[in-house]
Amino acid sequence: MAEREDSDQPLLMAEGLGKSYGSLTACRDASFALYPGEVLAVVGESGSGKSTLLQLLSAQLAPSAGQVSYRMRDGVMRDLAKLGEAERRFLFRTDWGYVHQDPAMGLRMAVSAGANVGERLMAVGWNHYGRIRDTASSWLERVEIDTGRIDDAPRTYSGGMRQRLQIARNLVTEPRLVFMDEPTGGLDVSVQARLLDLMRNLVSELGLAAIVVTHDLAVARLLSHRVMVMKGGRVIETGLTDQVLDDPREPYTQLLVSSILPA
Amino acid sequence: MNAPAYNFAYLDEQTKRMIRRAILKAIAIPGYQVPFASREMPMPYGWGTGGVQVTAAILGRDDVLKVIDQGSDDTTNAISIRKFFAKTAGVETTTSTADATVIQTRHRIPEASLHAGQVLVYQVPIPEPLRFLEPRETETRRMHALGEYGLMHVKLYEDIARFGHIATSYAYPVKVNARYVMDPSPTPKFDNPKMDNCAALQLFGAGREKRIYAIPPHTSVVSLDFEDHPFSRYRHDAPCALCGANDSYLDEIVTDDKGGRMFVCSDTDFCETRQAQGHRGSESAAPHKERAHG
Repeated sequence: MAEREDSDQPLLMAEGLGKSYGSLTACRDASFALYPGEVLAVVGESGSGKSTLLQLLSAQLAPSAGQVSYRMRDGVMRDLAKLGEAERRFLFRTDWGYVHQDPAMGLRMAVSAGANVGERLMAVGWNHYGRIRDTASSWLERVEIDTGRIDDAPRTYSGGMRQRLQIARNLVTEPRLVFMDEPTGGLDVSVQARLLDLMRNLVSELGLAAIVVTHDLAVARLLSHRVMVMKGGRVIETGLTDQVLDDPREPYTQLLVSSILPA
Repeated sequence: MNAPAYNFAYLDEQTKRMIRRAILKAIAIPGYQVPFASREMPMPYGWGTGGVQVTAAILGRDDVLKVIDQGSDDTTNAISIRKFFAKTAGVETTTSTADATVIQTRHRIPEASLHAGQVLVYQVPIPEPLRFLEPRETETRRMHALGEYGLMHVKLYEDIARFGHIATSYAYPVKVNARYVMDPSPTPKFDNPKMDNCAALQLFGAGREKRIYAIPPHTSVVSLDFEDHPFSRYRHDAPCALCGANDSYLDEIVTDDKGGRMFVCSDTDFCETRQAQGHRGSESAAPHKERAHG
């Protein structure tokens, strides 16, 4: 795990975070701190509030209760709800990454892979075609996409390639925090394994912090340092990944762990 | 002529006031697309309903109107719009760029440089430069508001990746007054530099899309590009076959089915003025000899 000088200060902090829609509570009272370089997995069954939590944390959804604060690149902790829209969007395309479950949501399917990777660079003012292309090409290499396909649109790519392209597109501005929503959903097992391996390497090489939402405990075990288990909108158990998965305390977590099919 | 059955310049006065308010706002915020309540006009969308409404709103009794379509004064669209205003407003019309006070145009900016006091009215089909990259109007408006124009360069990047150069040849995006990215309507990119620091007022009307935008006189208009692929004009490598001009935008005209073609000025007024001054091209003196131009 990569260490940074400021790694003793949290990067992101959630305090009493909740979201309700009328009488329906999608997520309640989530509090935790995420440190630089740390990977946190949020697990739980479908409908447990994982995705709501992720949207709250990434400021795509306004919380009904509590707040999220983030340590900006200048080291100042800021309440995300108090950021202006311009600042929030800037954060989203520079210091953050967001990997969608469906790559079509995170990619521009009709423009070439090179432009997909280069878009964030152009958005922060890169104005030199050659340099943008070189950077895009080196990122394609890093995510194991044949650079000969740099001018092909992602709609000609396979599911696994699309997901890897989405990761490259997000990491090109060297974000410090990446949100991932079911990054391996819908991929077959061998492709999943390769993607997980790639993500694990990238995360440790770049010292990224990540919040990974998944219902797949194998993903949590491979990628994350810590695990948060959610049920009915509530965080019911948190702890080190090995500890939670090998020695679950809550009955629901025990059920989750025991329901993994033996390989 | 019978007493006019229409209000001066066809539109009623309240509508003209509404359009003028939109125009004033557009001038105050150069390059910003101002929504307006576009009216049905007695012509189909795509024939210049936006430009006609803008012209109708700014036309005064002593204005002299010129209408061009692809640079030409004598195509169907130009003639019918010119006649429309001759009939409904009774204004004087002309084909001379220098004499006109209001010039409505489709797809060209006249070759002769415009002077202060003139107004150039563009007919715009799709005012949103980001449209084909981002289909959501809510999103493109937000991007304009926040000045997020990285996506515009994605389009130029795609051009270079595919064709080796910026192949966008018309509707080439520009940045107005160092703030808003604007679609200059489907004028060829050859005309882009003429918009920069232009002495005349430039108004853009999109009837179907219900948007008006403007470039006030002497405003900076910069064509977007990359450092290593700078903006360049495109012109066929030939003199005009009628007037011999070497600096005008040319139309390619197919003359037979054996590959014969000639290049003539797209701006008919410019070409005729030069011919009247005694300039001659290859075609005006002798029968056309085919020449291949690379």
